[in-house]
Amino acid sequence: MASKSPVIETDSLTKVYGTFRAADRISLTIQAGEIFGLIGPNGAGKSTLIKMLTTLLPPTSGSARVAGFDLVADAAHVRAHIGYVPQLLSADGALTAYENLLMSARLYAIPRVIREERIATALKRLDLSASADKLVQSYSGGMVRRLEIAQSMIHEPDVLFMDEPTVGLDPVARRNVWMHIRELRDRLGTTILLTTHLMDEAGELCDRLGVLNAGRLQSVGTPGDLEAVVGPDATLDDVFAVMTGADLNPERASDNVQHSCDSDHSPA
Amino acid sequence: MGRVAAYLTQIQAVADTEIRKLRHDPGELYTRALQPLIWLLLFGEVMAQVKGLNSSGGSYLEFLAPGILAQSVLFAAIFYGIAAIWERDLGVLHRYMVSPAPRSTLVLGKAISSGVRGLTQAIVVYALAFLLGIKLSFSPVDIFGVAALICIGSALFSTFSLIIACIVKTRERFMGIGQVLTMPIFFASNAIYPIDIMPRWLHVISSLNPLTYEVDGLRNLMLADGTSKYGLWLDFGVLFAVTAVLVAIAARMYPRLTQ
Repeated sequence: MASKSPVIETDSLTKVYGTFRAADRISLTIQAGEIFGLIGPNGAGKSTLIKMLTTLLPPTSGSARVAGFDLVADAAHVRAHIGYVPQLLSADGALTAYENLLMSARLYAIPRVIREERIATALKRLDLSASADKLVQSYSGGMVRRLEIAQSMIHEPDVLFMDEPTVGLDPVARRNVWMHIRELRDRLGTTILLTTHLMDEAGELCDRLGVLNAGRLQSVGTPGDLEAVVGPDATLDDVFAVMTGADLNPERASDNVQHSCDSDHSPA
Repeated sequence: MGRVAAYLTQIQAVADTEIRKLRHDPGELYTRALQPLIWLLLFGEVMAQVKGLNSSGGSYLEFLAPGILAQSVLFAAIFYGIAAIWERDLGVLHRYMVSPAPRSTLVLGKAISSGVRGLTQAIVVYALAFLLGIKLSFSPVDIFGVAALICIGSALFSTFSLIIACIVKTRERFMGIGQVLTMPIFFASNAIYPIDIMPRWLHVISSLNPLTYEVDGLRNLMLADGTSKYGLWLDFGVLFAVTAVLVAIAARMYPRLTQ
């Protein structure tokens, strides 16, 4: 896992609903140990892409390999090697943190002899040991998110998918979650693919970013690369605005990308 | 872990979660106890005055008690579909769906937890029936048989409910269709009146209704001098076969909820 090798490879991955192309020929390679962020407006296809890569949604066409397995032909193996933190706070509030983790450990068929140890390690790693036996409905948002990360890491997956991991969290809890995400990558070599609407999260946490717009992957690069493409003093906010044609008039959106890239002024 | 052990552990993951939730908050069990009480006390006492409602010779309340047990199991199980939609809306279902657990383990886990809920209903109905002076059978074999019938009946109707949820997908639509489905299942059965007094067409529908076979088996096993119209083998056979088919369908359809 330490050496540079692709953990996620998609080839023209496409999802079509009727005539709407939610994801349009997305080809993307993500290396082992990367923290990769997907940015783009609502409806750009971020969630569709994550749903396909986590096997929740069958692609219409194209192919992908995740953790070395074919997404469609070998979905069961893919599932055994990935973790997923959904957008909503999905840990079960009517259970304790320990019980949530026990449920996950059983779902992943972790052998009984190492189950308790795994759960204890997961609780400790995410700083939840002291609250392990409290009902999750009494947790703060940041604690729930940490528990969910612990749950999705219980089987030590190669890849962790996170859909807006810090949405709704206060700034302190947000930085705390970032710290834990980095720690997972540094300690276990976990590859992380996340979506975000927060440009500071994209800039500070992610090694590379992919910009999605209208189902298409517009651009891929480090935050610095992307900023440099847009202009010498550009911020990620500018990158977002330019590359997604964040214009009130959708008719002109594609024009904006052209103009801005050529002549370095922000879109009207 | 071997395949079979893993499969059973994954079923346990789902079933145990539900049972733990019931233990943390058992309030639902108490409120559910009210419905059979109302049916037996109000409906039962009044309908007992109507002649011709009971074909088996005993009192009407005796005839009614197994029907009401089956009914309370049915109503508790039908709630499973809406719970599945709720879990989808919360994101809990996604957690199951991205795991390597086969979809059938999710369905079976839910079915088992539904059986446990059903058993708690049975305790309530037994207590009520005892207080109302209904002569119950307390032989261990009969009690075991009742428990088995309740579990399989709960599994059947909760899985049926899950399939409906996979088709309608939203809570609002489920609320509408849930009522429309439970009422005919209940009324077009032998739960509260014998099939023999029904018009021909309804008679046919009722004998195709799995609830009829559950009630029939319960009448035999629950009452001290109970009899079965179809025979226990047929009762259990129909329930098992229908459940097996429904579980297979639900396992195929379950992923639709998160798409």
